[in-house]
Amino acid sequence: MNLGNLCKIYLYSRYERFWHWLQTLLIIILLVTGLEVHGVFTLFGFEQAVTVHEFVGITWLIAFAFFVFWLFTTGEWRQYIPTTRKVVAVVCHYGYGIFRGEPHPVPKQKEAKHNPLQRLTYLALAAVLLPIQMLTGMLYWGYNSWGDWGLSFLSLEVMAFIHMAGAFALFVFLIVHVYMTTTGHSPLAHIKAMITGWEEVEEGTTIEEWEKKRT
Amino acid sequence: MKHTVNVFCLALAVLTWVSATALPAGAAEPEKAPGIILADQAVKTKDLWITSDHSQHAILKQPFKSGPEVTAACLTCHNQAALQFHETIHWTWIDPATADTLRFGKAGMSVNNFCLTILSNEPRCTSCHAGYGWKDKSFDFSSQVNVDCLVCHEQTGTYEKFPAGSGHPAAKETFFAGEGKTYYPPDWNTVAQSVGRPTRENCGVCHFYGGGGDGVKHGDLDSSMTFPNKALDVHMGTDGQNFDCSRCHSTTLHNIAGRVYATPAAEDRKTLIEDDLATKITCESCHSSRPHKAGTKPNDHADKVACQSCHIPTFARVNPTKMWWDWSKAGVKKDGKPYKEVDALGKPSYMTIKGEMRWDKNVKPEYFWYNGSMSYLTLEDAIDPAQPVWITKPAGSPDDPKSRIFPFKIHAGKQPYDKISKRFVALHLFPRGPEDATAYWKHFDWDKAIANGMEYAGLPYSGEFDFVETKYLYPITHMVAPKDNVVTCIECHTAQESRMANLAGFYMPGRDSFRFLDAVGWFAVLASLVGVMLHGLGRIVSQKNRRE
Repeated sequence: MNLGNLCKIYLYSRYERFWHWLQTLLIIILLVTGLEVHGVFTLFGFEQAVTVHEFVGITWLIAFAFFVFWLFTTGEWRQYIPTTRKVVAVVCHYGYGIFRGEPHPVPKQKEAKHNPLQRLTYLALAAVLLPIQMLTGMLYWGYNSWGDWGLSFLSLEVMAFIHMAGAFALFVFLIVHVYMTTTGHSPLAHIKAMITGWEEVEEGTTIEEWEKKRT
Repeated sequence: MKHTVNVFCLALAVLTWVSATALPAGAAEPEKAPGIILADQAVKTKDLWITSDHSQHAILKQPFKSGPEVTAACLTCHNQAALQFHETIHWTWIDPATADTLRFGKAGMSVNNFCLTILSNEPRCTSCHAGYGWKDKSFDFSSQVNVDCLVCHEQTGTYEKFPAGSGHPAAKETFFAGEGKTYYPPDWNTVAQSVGRPTRENCGVCHFYGGGGDGVKHGDLDSSMTFPNKALDVHMGTDGQNFDCSRCHSTTLHNIAGRVYATPAAEDRKTLIEDDLATKITCESCHSSRPHKAGTKPNDHADKVACQSCHIPTFARVNPTKMWWDWSKAGVKKDGKPYKEVDALGKPSYMTIKGEMRWDKNVKPEYFWYNGSMSYLTLEDAIDPAQPVWITKPAGSPDDPKSRIFPFKIHAGKQPYDKISKRFVALHLFPRGPEDATAYWKHFDWDKAIANGMEYAGLPYSGEFDFVETKYLYPITHMVAPKDNVVTCIECHTAQESRMANLAGFYMPGRDSFRFLDAVGWFAVLASLVGVMLHGLGRIVSQKNRRE
């Protein structure tokens, strides 16, 4: 990759990073215990797997509420506004340009930390997949109360189907997402950024002076 | 600062959630499940009192020569007892819930896959009738002195009815070849003066030996339940609560609570708190419908899974029970004589008079949706011999709110049926006397034995018979194990050999999956893994090429 001069910008706030890694942990635990409940392997034992899965699931639900709160109070939701501009360019980059060492068509900026493809993916994730997974999970969890909640018309089978389909989708996302972190200027650059908050970007893009890390 | 506050709030929320769920209030001492606390209250007082010492009654000191004489003495004080008893199924052997004209019950058209029916075999079968002298159709059911008070009430344990005595004990020292045992007349006075409330031994002399031997019929009732330990039955264990049968099978006017054919043992799911005069004691009477610790998953099962399904992991845990009885193999002799072979469990695996049999111990039950009602075929019902015929069948379905998943023993076998009319047949097994020309156990002639049995039953017989495979189901409700010996989650919630494998019509996590979804899902996971690996490889190679 032909890199210009790198400079650091503070891209991910402390809460954002905490939320990211907490959610990582929760999703991995949910995936592992969920697959065990589904009968894929034996690790904790069915009973323990169910207990952990339920507990972590409810925890995620509560934590997610804080995330939504954060998203709207900070205005960060704007980072998720979908756009089709340059999305083809991004897809082409990952499918072709990246092998030729071409620079990313949409470099990261404070005001636009997600490229168009990420925006679409994360919006679909945060607005559709995760809520569906949480909703079906919570309904699954509350199966015995469906009558009391006036939800007797629901079918556990359908609920299980959606929840399982969502799990597979999340699994696929996890694999691709983890791989994509290696596409920075060095394989661990993006992961480092999500830990420290500071992303190294190429100089030259419009970055406000105050954003730069003071030395 | 803003971020710190956010993180703090989240941490606080998570912590609140953790402490609310993980740490029950007052965790100082090991907590008892609510169901146990309730039940402990129900059995706080154990000692019942009695106001009469029967050994002091002069009338019981007179010389007796037969059972009816003793009964006559009992009736001088208990002048309503026999009349009450006449109204119960223990006396009539006919289902009280159906019209008398249907003759539905042991004494009527009912059939099983053990000795098929009592019709024409009364002298042998009625050794388990709480009466004296039911040797054929002429038995007087209105006679009060024909009631056998002693078999249920005597407490010496020495009172034995002769196996082929139509309900009478041996009048004199008599050898019974079928068991290779000699029977003696009871010491009438001792026995009569010992009477008290029925214990496990009283009920057990018949109910543990149904079908002609120990553990033949039920699987959860056999002689090991006379003095069980807690491991075998947590309630009846002599080292625990020491329940008698009647502790749950409560009794009004000699009518003993329990399931009777299609009539469920209990219709309502009520605790004694809701109805403290309930005449039928179920698990929930004492333990409530949410007996497990609050917030635990087993409570969520109680609406659809009967207590028995998890708390009786296996039946026949001490003595073997009979699982298979093939009448079609009967009649083979060795050196011209009937013979018997014994299996590894010490139980007969072949008998010339009965056929081939299989026994088993520690048997996992089969599970069915069950609303407490069983349906029964009779000698008069048409059957389809092309497939195994279910003589008894639990009623219920996943959609029926009264149904729960319940454990059963299935006794399977082969038995004769009328090939032309496609109905079960009655079989005359037990010889009426030395002159009997048709009894199977004397002549081993199917044609004659069936013809005679059917004639006695008053039913038509075409003259042609064959054997059909049948199943006879018993609900499993005794031998409740202590709480550390229960069916674990994974024994049902698994795709591999789930205990619930045969139950259809509902989705069960862990057992069920969507083949199509799994295939697509795993393909997508695999494809994305391979995809990113190839992509990564491409990047490495292209980068190397560019450097060169």
